[in-house]
Amino acid sequence: MTKDTHTIEASNLAKRFGDVVAVDSVTFDVRPGELFGFLGPNGAGKTTTINMLTGLARADTGSIRIGGIDCTDRPRAAQHLIGVVPDESNLYPELTGFENLCFCAALYGLGKADRQGRAKELLEGFGLTNAAGRKFSGYSRGMKRKLTIAAGIIHKPEILFLDEPTTGIDVASARQLRQLIADLHRAGTTIFLTTHYIEEAERLCGRIAFIVSGRIVRIDTVEHLIQPVQEKHVVQIACANMPDDIRDKLCGSFPGLEFTTQGQGLIRVESGEPVRVGPLVRFLEEQGGEVAEARRMRPSLEDIFVQITGIEADAMRKEKEKAGGGQ
Amino acid sequence: MKPWIAFWNILVKDMRTYYLKPPNISWGLIFPLAWTGMFFIKSGSGLESIMALLPGVVAVSILFGTTSMLAVTVTFEKKNRSFERLLLAPIPFELLMLAKTSGAILFGVANAFVPVVMAAFLADLSLIAWSVFVPAVFMIAVASTFLGLFIAVAVSEVFEAQTFSNFFRFPMIFLCGLFFPIEKLPVFLKPLSYALPLTYGADVLHGAVHGGHAMPFILDLSLLGAFCVGLFAVSLWNIKRKWIL
Ligand SMILES: Nc1ncnc2c1ncn2[C@@H]1O[C@H](COP(=O)(O)OP(=O)(O)OP(=O)(O)O)[C@@H](O)[C@H]1O
Ligand SMILES: [Mg+2]
Repeated sequence: MTKDTHTIEASNLAKRFGDVVAVDSVTFDVRPGELFGFLGPNGAGKTTTINMLTGLARADTGSIRIGGIDCTDRPRAAQHLIGVVPDESNLYPELTGFENLCFCAALYGLGKADRQGRAKELLEGFGLTNAAGRKFSGYSRGMKRKLTIAAGIIHKPEILFLDEPTTGIDVASARQLRQLIADLHRAGTTIFLTTHYIEEAERLCGRIAFIVSGRIVRIDTVEHLIQPVQEKHVVQIACANMPDDIRDKLCGSFPGLEFTTQGQGLIRVESGEPVRVGPLVRFLEEQGGEVAEARRMRPSLEDIFVQITGIEADAMRKEKEKAGGGQ
Repeated sequence: MKPWIAFWNILVKDMRTYYLKPPNISWGLIFPLAWTGMFFIKSGSGLESIMALLPGVVAVSILFGTTSMLAVTVTFEKKNRSFERLLLAPIPFELLMLAKTSGAILFGVANAFVPVVMAAFLADLSLIAWSVFVPAVFMIAVASTFLGLFIAVAVSEVFEAQTFSNFFRFPMIFLCGLFFPIEKLPVFLKPLSYALPLTYGADVLHGAVHGGHAMPFILDLSLLGAFCVGLFAVSLWNIKRKWIL
């Protein structure tokens, strides 16, 4: 097995549905053994991109190579190399957890003993052993999600596509799952991951592409992306009873600092130099404000994301949670 | 070797989850029983008409048994997206669709023998030309299944598949010479009869059971075969065009 069987190369991919441009000239490549993140808001084109790469959708233009195989005209040519965890849990409702996994393994040609061994191992790993004999239709959403992920890796694919794996599962399971993804990555699997959790992308991925409205606005390593904000000092102040024009007043009195007001009673202060909090707090109290807290913020990928895409990360996350993942 | 593991498991899964479920098994029995009873009552004739009715009842049983299953095994799985798993599997697309349809074909063949077994209690079946009857049953099952596939792929809801297939099935009962000879149809309907695959299958069955058939068996079976290939090819093309967006 040569290393370049583990690559994903997409160039100038485009796809429209009627008037909607879902993906617009997307180019990137994922290197062997890399964990590549695709980060973007609802409707950005993440799932459409995965569908084109995995052969579930046809690109209008552009070319695709998976593991060195040209899949542009033959979208199914590289399917023996890949595993896919779709955004929705789509296993068979009338089969049990164990039967579902065995069936999926059979689709990839595993023999009976292998199928059953792998299925047991994964059920155990995902904490689903007790539910193994129950029908998938009776699973909770998080359990469905876990089994769907297990089904995607049952044949130990060299290249794995994960479409929002942690949406819709509890915190402990999500953490466990990130550990699993990190383990697969360490074992050499090339992983293409879409997510709307910025921290998840930051923690797991080597390189990240920001996708907005079907276009990639930035691709880089996490270190490179974070660098500009790392040299920045950020303080967040929670303060009640602020006058409406407080931002202007602050800007006037502290010319070296940048201020942004965030929602109800939150001020964000940014500077290239360390920020001295004392004078700020005194000034705010003189203006009639009541400062509850002033915190130094660790600069994060979130700041970069907001800066590059103009989308508030919080808004993105909330919208997602409302919609909920899985079934 | 590997693709056959997938093929076999798809077939076994469909059998277990759809075909061998009590409701389907009982439907497989009730339909032929109902058809047989209905035509006996209608024709008001005695047991000697069994041999005349048997080919039609066999054909109807196959037609209804197969076409109703595809709405579930294909349209339903497309709707709940589990069909995507099959599309992602590393096996040739044609083999995948054969696996998806072979369960229905077997189900159709099994359905065909329900009226045969019933008739065996009432009439002497020793004169039936089994070497022609059995291949004809198989070919009718394949053609009806692929007709069902064609319909299942053309729609997106299970109920649409059911409605749309009735649009084909009921006219076929009357147009394909199952119970009424095609010669007795109004002239303007005859071309329609010859455009339907079941016409050729029914002709072979009549020939095999009581000797009265209009065309040579080999021609009937070849035309039926051509319908199978055509319907399968069009269905596959439709899936690629409509489902792989
Ligand atoms: N089958 C389809 N028919 C019509 N429009 C579609 C179809 N699939 C996707 N779209 C449109 O393409 C755009 C991109 O959708 P896509 O599902 O790829 O987004 P996404 O980034 O995966 O979003 P999410 O985070 O909500 O999963 C959206 O505007 C969507 O409405
Ligand atoms: Mg999506």
